Amino acid sequence: MTNTSTKNKVLWAVATVLVLVYALFPVISILATSFKSPSDLTSGKFLPSGGTATTDNYEQILVGDAQGLFLSALRNSIGISVIATFIAVVLATLCAYAIARLDFPGKKLVLTTALAVSIFPVISIVTPLFNLWRTIGLYDTWLGLIIPYLSLTLPISIWTLAAFFRQIPWELEQAAQVDGATTWQAFRKAIVPLAAPGVFTTAIIAFFIAWNDFVYGISLTSTEAARPVPAALAFFTGASQFEAPTGAISAAAIIVTIPIVLLVLLFQRQIVSGLTSGAVKG
Amino acid sequence: MTSAIPARTTTASSGEPGPRIDPDGSTTKKARKQYSDRVRAERRLGWMLAGPAFVIMLLVTLYPILQAIYESLFKFRLTAPGEREFIGLGNYAVILSDQLWWEDLGRTVLITVITVIVELILGFALALVMHKALKSVRGLLRTAILVPYGIITVVSAFAWFYAFDINSGYINSWFSWVPGIDESTNWFAEAGTSLFVIMASEIWKTTPFISLLLLAGLAQVPDELSEAAKVDGATWWEQMRKVIIPNMKAAIMVAVLFRALDAFRIFDNVFIMTNGANGTEVLSLLAYRQSISRLEIGLGSAVSVLLFVCVLVICFVAIKLFKVDLAGSQGGK
Repeated sequence: MTNTSTKNKVLWAVATVLVLVYALFPVISILATSFKSPSDLTSGKFLPSGGTATTDNYEQILVGDAQGLFLSALRNSIGISVIATFIAVVLATLCAYAIARLDFPGKKLVLTTALAVSIFPVISIVTPLFNLWRTIGLYDTWLGLIIPYLSLTLPISIWTLAAFFRQIPWELEQAAQVDGATTWQAFRKAIVPLAAPGVFTTAIIAFFIAWNDFVYGISLTSTEAARPVPAALAFFTGASQFEAPTGAISAAAIIVTIPIVLLVLLFQRQIVSGLTSGAVKG
Repeated sequence: MTSAIPARTTTASSGEPGPRIDPDGSTTKKARKQYSDRVRAERRLGWMLAGPAFVIMLLVTLYPILQAIYESLFKFRLTAPGEREFIGLGNYAVILSDQLWWEDLGRTVLITVITVIVELILGFALALVMHKALKSVRGLLRTAILVPYGIITVVSAFAWFYAFDINSGYINSWFSWVPGIDESTNWFAEAGTSLFVIMASEIWKTTPFISLLLLAGLAQVPDELSEAAKVDGATWWEQMRKVIIPNMKAAIMVAVLFRALDAFRIFDNVFIMTNGANGTEVLSLLAYRQSISRLEIGLGSAVSVLLFVCVLVICFVAIKLFKVDLAGSQGGK
């Protein structure tokens, strides 16, 4: 008896370690690369050779000569993703509220449109936008990325929030009104606390998607004015033409991964429920 | 299922003239008038709330795709705007008679099929581990697999690229005992090995999503069913094949369709690792190269439209042939 349960425990420990290695190995791999010195890059080893680990790569992109390039890209990425997420979540909250609570013709049309938009090949949209943005002056601007980012963030926000809002017991609102609360009080005291986690979770998922964008980023920008981090990484050329930018790119990759890891650590449960409730429920 | 039931009751009750809101609806005529006023007001409010999101979605996708269809009918290069000329379906003829299109299409389909199959198997294994895991490690496991989900695809591409790269990589020295791999193995010099690394990166990054969808599907299979099968003496494999998998078919189908559509648009990994060199170009990259790099707006638009048509075909096949019900679970009516 004890034998099988020990065996079981070992099996579970092995499975857990395997999943952890699977999930984290590439991240640790690029983390290790980010601390390698230029001469150590070609060592063929996973870790920096003993004693040569260096923070030079981080210095180069944060305070050194690649600072302008990386920090402006970081500012663009944060600004554009946060604004696109905010707009999408506000619009999607109104839309999902209507879908979950009100009866109006075209409800299904709105949901189907959201689904259709989310499966749209981004590259099909980017050519006409590229052309149009150049004509009307939105090329290489924040707004020029925020607008197409809505095509990524809006549909998933609507689906996720509609699923969340359908689970809210809206009777509570009426119950509060019966107990003498005004409409606004009833909404604020009974509904907002229930809806807020869903809205917040949706915001995290939408932010991940905006943060991840690459196609719009490389196609609709050309300078540091609006180029986000993923696109900047792809065009980063290194300190001199004889030096591969491997170390600097790895360091930059780690810095833009930190917010993701923090959000995942803090809100694991919410993200999982948000991802699954929007997509599969039936 | 669980979410649809309360939704339906809420919408149904709010559409009817509820007794508590309409206390003096004793005369039917008056009641009907109030009813239709209320319905009209609700409809108006519904569209006022849902309208902005709906209009923006149409503006950012429907408008560009219509524009792309229009542009695709012209011979038009941005560097020579004066020579713009209507050529009907000429661009499509050029593309479809070019072997490059068919090669890229084949490669894209190959990547889609392989990654989706591997992800389905790997994702299912991950889902099973998470489903059965002890409470104490469940949170840890979910947190861990959300890291690849949340990480930027470009970062994933660089991580895999640097690991395999002939200069900065360590894979060659780690696996030098494998026949065919040594110090001088250049993974990115030929199509097969390049695509292997590209697909590895894609699979690593997107399997967590599929496994979470499958986990949600697993959670919906009633425990009693597999318990009953176990009592009847079914082996683990029989339980899987006869009880678990048939009961989560809907979840599997939705996960596969979503992932297939996503994999078909693969771009970031290929762009970072090879930029389409050595026979690794995919359809998205072809469209990008035509329109953004070469500024052949007409030709690029035609590729974009064809790519869009491919996505529609995949959807159509999935919905008609495999009866994947995407909207049914959410659409309400």
